[in-house]
Amino acid sequence: MTKPSFDTLRWTVLDSLTIAGRTYSRQAAQPGEILAFLVFPVIMTVLFGYVFGSAITLPNGGDYRDYLMPGIFMQVMAMTATAAATAVGEDMARGIIDRFRAQPIARSAVLVGRSVADLSMHLLSLAAMVLAGILLAGWRAHGSLGATAAAFGLLVLFGFAMIWVGTYIGLWVQSGAQADAATFGWLFPMTFLANTFVPIEGLPAWLKPVADWNPMSAVVAATRELFGNPTSVSSAWPLRHPVAASVLWSVAIIVVFVPLSVNRYRSTSR
Amino acid sequence: MIYVEGLRKRYKAKEALRGIDLEVPAGTVCGLLGPNGAGKTTAVRILATLLRPDAGRAEVAGLDVVRDADRLRFRIGLAGQHAAVDELLTGRRNLELFARLYHLSRAGARRRAGELLERFGLAEAGRRPVKEYSGGMRRRLDLAASLIVSPPVLFMDEPTTGLDPRSRMQLWDLLRDLVKEGTTLLLTTQYLDEADQLADQVVVLREGVVAAAGSPAELKRAVGGDRVRVLFREARDVDAGLRVLRATGSPELDGADARQVTVPAADGAQSLVRIAGALDAAGIPVEDLALRRPTLDEVFLRLTA
Ligand SMILES: Nc1ncnc2c1ncn2[C@@H]1O[C@H](COP(=O)(O)OP(=O)(O)OP(=O)(O)O)[C@@H](O)[C@H]1O
Ligand SMILES: [Mg+2]
Repeated sequence: MTKPSFDTLRWTVLDSLTIAGRTYSRQAAQPGEILAFLVFPVIMTVLFGYVFGSAITLPNGGDYRDYLMPGIFMQVMAMTATAAATAVGEDMARGIIDRFRAQPIARSAVLVGRSVADLSMHLLSLAAMVLAGILLAGWRAHGSLGATAAAFGLLVLFGFAMIWVGTYIGLWVQSGAQADAATFGWLFPMTFLANTFVPIEGLPAWLKPVADWNPMSAVVAATRELFGNPTSVSSAWPLRHPVAASVLWSVAIIVVFVPLSVNRYRSTSR
Repeated sequence: MIYVEGLRKRYKAKEALRGIDLEVPAGTVCGLLGPNGAGKTTAVRILATLLRPDAGRAEVAGLDVVRDADRLRFRIGLAGQHAAVDELLTGRRNLELFARLYHLSRAGARRRAGELLERFGLAEAGRRPVKEYSGGMRRRLDLAASLIVSPPVLFMDEPTTGLDPRSRMQLWDLLRDLVKEGTTLLLTTQYLDEADQLADQVVVLREGVVAAAGSPAELKRAVGGDRVRVLFREARDVDAGLRVLRATGSPELDGADARQVTVPAADGAQSLVRIAGALDAAGIPVEDLALRRPTLDEVFLRLTA
């Protein structure tokens, strides 16, 4: 239909809101999930902060738990991909995506609505994580209010990017379980192949470039810098300019995966 | 209402449709029949704008399924092979969601959801999450979700697979009502009795081509007419019986049982009466005597073998 583009835009927004509403309703229908969401951070904080933390000393000094928390914040944002892939994969398997596609819904609304609703849910778990950090690990942001806000901004941007990675993967699989396997399997290890939990300086020479150029390292280094937490040092470009690098990485991921996902969703060749 | 010409579709190595022609007049029911992998789902997905054909043409409600897909989506309903509803939401919330996506107002969506729940016997269940529904209820909700804008054309892919006989008959009644109101229905099925019950026209697919098409009665006639099956009580009476039966037609011995003979029944039940009379007059005892009409099962097995 050749309608004025204003109408198209209006329906894209309204349809996205409707889809977002569905995500919230689903979440409200399973309060147990939310609880799991909130308990996970506590476990991670205690596990890493106290179990591993006692064995790790930072080469440049500083408190390990202060060093750790930005890493865990990033990990929470990275794992949004798994949740998105699982949800989209389930909708694919159940034929719900097909039903949406057979309805006259704006091109990108289903995925955009999902991603935005997903992001807002993950902000809740980020908030839980921050609270756990403050209460259980004595973590604090030492930077200015602006820098702290910027750090959270970077985390949110990265989380949004990772949701689209997961969305794209979810559109290729046949079930929620497959989606979980197709994301968690590489994503979770990847959060460790970075400066997330251990100082990057101690890595073997062949592994160090991987960690240096892992987008997750840039995000963690940037937030550590902005929060005024201890950080690890590397001469690689992304870690010398972590804020710029993490913005670039996130924007690049979004620019690649949003069109890929929308095309895959619309694709009439499957 | 549905017009298909030379439709082809290939998935990588597999050619799922190899040139299908099909025409379904408005207000009628077409049953797409075929064994697993025949291409039924592929055909429905193309007609419902989900899949682009490689070649050929398909028009639904006067709109091309590729070029006019956006407009067509307001005029079709699709109930896929699995009930495509959100398990976590209530039946009502599901319908309201899909209604909102057809751009009904909030109040309009609520009203339409209520009407459909009522019509499909889900008024009570509408308050409960779908994961607590039985298979039959789920199917009915799925059908309701396909009917939000009262589309003139409805596609259903194996609508009653997995339903118990009662739920199946319930769904058949609902579909008959829709057709009475003017809906054009194309449904795929593996159940011959379903096609027999509902379809004005049956199209049998086999390996991506149309193996046969026609009304259920025409297809049955093509496989062979009515027959009378005689089961004699004693094997030693068979020879005498054959002599009597030759007067009415050419009897054939049945391989399965030495005492069983079948005779073509050109006049249907009247032939049966005649044969019964002749055997009785000759004093030959009969254990069982039956008029057999060919079933769509036989059509199906013959055509898809
Ligand atoms: N996405 C796909 N990729 C590759 N091959 C496919 C795909 N979808 C279907 N096929 C193949 O195309 C053929 C036709 O499939 P289709 O699903 O249309 O059959 P069907 O008649 O609906 O079967 P069923 O009764 O099992 O539902 C099958 O051989 C199937 O394996
Ligand atoms: Mg099928």
